Amino acid sequence: MQAEQEKEEKYINSFKKGIKDGVPIALGYLSVSFTFGMMAVAGGLPVSLAVAISMTNLTSAGQFAGLSLLFAGGGYFEMALTQLVINLRYALMSVSLSQKFHKSVTVLDRLLIAFGNTDEIFAVASGQKEEVGKKYMYGLIFMPYLGWALGTLLGAAASAVLPETVRSALGIAIYGMFLAIFIPPMKHSRAVTAVVLTAAGLSCLFTYVPVLNRVSTGFVIIICAVVAAALGAVIKPVKEEQGAAQ
Amino acid sequence: MTRYLLLQLAVMAGVTYLIRMLPLVIFRKKIENAFIKSFLYYIPYAVLATMTFPAIFSATGGGIWSALAGLLVALLLAFFEKGLVTVALCACGAVFITEWIMQLL
Repeated sequence: MQAEQEKEEKYINSFKKGIKDGVPIALGYLSVSFTFGMMAVAGGLPVSLAVAISMTNLTSAGQFAGLSLLFAGGGYFEMALTQLVINLRYALMSVSLSQKFHKSVTVLDRLLIAFGNTDEIFAVASGQKEEVGKKYMYGLIFMPYLGWALGTLLGAAASAVLPETVRSALGIAIYGMFLAIFIPPMKHSRAVTAVVLTAAGLSCLFTYVPVLNRVSTGFVIIICAVVAAALGAVIKPVKEEQGAAQ
Repeated sequence: MTRYLLLQLAVMAGVTYLIRMLPLVIFRKKIENAFIKSFLYYIPYAVLATMTFPAIFSATGGGIWSALAGLLVALLLAFFEKGLVTVALCACGAVFITEWIMQLL
């Protein structure tokens, strides 16, 4: 079956490759979720709730924002709105990812995979040359999910397993991964270079310029990404054969 | 756990899931519009660049200098198209070494 399918059309659908590609993401998640677990328990939440949040949300910015609201005793509507704004970027990523799936990915698969569409998993899936299948996606989500839950548990249970110097150094791991994804294509495409520089420049403006820096993180990501990607689409529309990011 | 915490947990998980799920289920056909296709092609790079800068400058515990050292190493290795893990771990190494040197000074 598998061999026949792959003969018909080439796409990436190996669970094993997914697991392998997910390992660096899982390592990066360990340190972030460790911090989340520590913060949650330090703020007075039970260990079980910290782990439950990580296992049902699987998102960093949203969870940290959720924590500060829980500590402040914020309302339900406020929580919903905060999560919506901070996580709206996932809608953008899901639209992009929907175009990357091989036609064999069913609605049921999409319902399950959607849960694991994090920034990093999206980035690695988008970075594949061919379309991706469900087995690859399940493999890719597996290790990061485990890492996210385990890191939260460790952080919540133990106050500090890793020495401060090591945790400090691990903080840059995720960004190192991001750079490894978007720097290489910049060498071959001026449009990608323009998109990256525009997005980074706008993002800096929204961080350092007074008034602009009051816009919440979730909105900043959406505004910068939409403007930069639209610019890329105007400068150099991609050809027919090209799928999502290569 | 209190009722309040459990309900908030449900709100967080529910909203986050719906945002991710709806577009993935709604957009099942390939989009034909050239502009939208191109836009979606560039989106991953735009999102990643937005999230990396300027956040990377404050990603380490040791201040801007160790972060810059990590960024420099990551940029160099990424430029030479090294793998994700290599780039990420070498950046961590650069940060660790820089912070260690700075403590000696």
